[in-house]
Amino acid sequence: MIEVRHLYKSFEDKDVLKDINAIFEEGITNLIIGQSGSGKTVLMKNIVGLFTPTSGEILYDNRDFVKMSKREKVMLRREMGMIFQSAALFDSMTVLENVMFPLDMFSDMNQSDRIKRAKFCLERVNLQGAEGKMPGEISGGMQKRVAIARAIALNPKYLFCDEPNSGLDPKTSLVIDELVHSITHEYKMTTIINTHDMNSVMGIGENIIFICEGDLEWQGNKDQIMTSTNERLNSFIFASDLFRKVKKVENEERK
Amino acid sequence: MFIVNGLASFGRYLELMGKVFSWPERWRMFFKQYVKEMAQLGVDSIGIVLLISFFIGAVICIQIKINIQSPWMPAFTTGYTTREIMVLEFSSSIMCLILSGKVGSNIASELGTMRVTQQIDALEIMGVNSASFLILPKIAGMMTTIPFLVIFSIAAGFIGAYATAIAGVITVDDLTLGLLHSFNQWFIWMSIIKSFIFAFIIASVSSFYGYTVEGGSFDVGKSSTDAVVSSSMLILFADIFLTPLLS
Repeated sequence: MIEVRHLYKSFEDKDVLKDINAIFEEGITNLIIGQSGSGKTVLMKNIVGLFTPTSGEILYDNRDFVKMSKREKVMLRREMGMIFQSAALFDSMTVLENVMFPLDMFSDMNQSDRIKRAKFCLERVNLQGAEGKMPGEISGGMQKRVAIARAIALNPKYLFCDEPNSGLDPKTSLVIDELVHSITHEYKMTTIINTHDMNSVMGIGENIIFICEGDLEWQGNKDQIMTSTNERLNSFIFASDLFRKVKKVENEERK
Repeated sequence: MFIVNGLASFGRYLELMGKVFSWPERWRMFFKQYVKEMAQLGVDSIGIVLLISFFIGAVICIQIKINIQSPWMPAFTTGYTTREIMVLEFSSSIMCLILSGKVGSNIASELGTMRVTQQIDALEIMGVNSASFLILPKIAGMMTTIPFLVIFSIAAGFIGAYATAIAGVITVDDLTLGLLHSFNQWFIWMSIIKSFIFAFIIASVSSFYGYTVEGGSFDVGKSSTDAVVSSSMLILFADIFLTPLLS
């Protein structure tokens, strides 16, 4: 479980995050949603330690990440996996080498066990046969799946996904969402997904946090989101004609 | 303002070097990277070093013979001058200036691209000291291969000079006499010591510009240019101080 308490983050005079309090539960998919520029990426970067909060606490299973020494932070980071918006695969390495990288760096397994584990992770994301390819030779969806395989190679306790569906078609996005969702449940990970893809919200939003102008505006799940009366949330969620129609149908069904 | 910015950059450079010079987390991975960098930065530069040195050696020999050699001078003057220019300046300083263009832009654009595509962030999230993991093998690889490049450059320059002798510009005997005349072994060592320092400048300064890029592809291109300009300037300044110090 990851808990954020009274988190503030400012850049020069601008307050980007204001008193954020949230709990991200283990074994479910936690989504951070919000408009572009709302502060959701800044929140995630604070949680993973790429930014230092102006004030507040970030607790990883009651261990305060902000107060940790450099060494302790490095050790905790080995319990994290992250999938970046751009996949961030190492382009000088093959698919297999990318997945093996965390194992090469941090595990004491021998070479054949490392290869076996990396191949298992690739099979888990349905990418068997792509081991020898370079990241530039595979599609965006495959790159994201390699990133997932790399992220889970060391059996992390915490998984972070920064807009994992960015640049993908709806069908591939669904595959990625399902994959992250099933892996989260299978390995009982604390997963935080940063997204503004409404299909993801409706598909895997087991715990949703809505950030608006640096404030935590709303928290709930995918069922509650459809009946929410929060105006800011509604204007964000139902910005598209499709979702307005979905809500209309749902409301009619309820009546 | 220029001085303040310069000092701020120098401070950030020292801060980065502090992160770079730390014990590698996995020696196995360090050696893997080290061998890769030696091949990419050093071995891949052999061709250009040999080519340029061959022609410069030949041209120096022709220029000296046509424009400086006279009946009042000893016959070995052309070979002697060619050797001194190649050993003392060309194969260390000028060759490193050329390499700062090739290798420097390569390093800065590689690290800059890794930065803007979040590959460096991915390393940091995994708990890897990205500065040490990426930059230390580049500095070590460059400093390991540079003495060989200097020796190859000197040799290729002499071969170029002999090519002009075969073409009839100078006799082979006069050239050989000049190349061997009053040979001081220390000059070779001086050239190698200078090149060690220049190699450190090229690898570390270019890494600094690439690693600290912010923005997109335009900024990567700019950092690559800045890396070449800055490392070239620093090589020239360092040469001014090192030459009297080592002579």
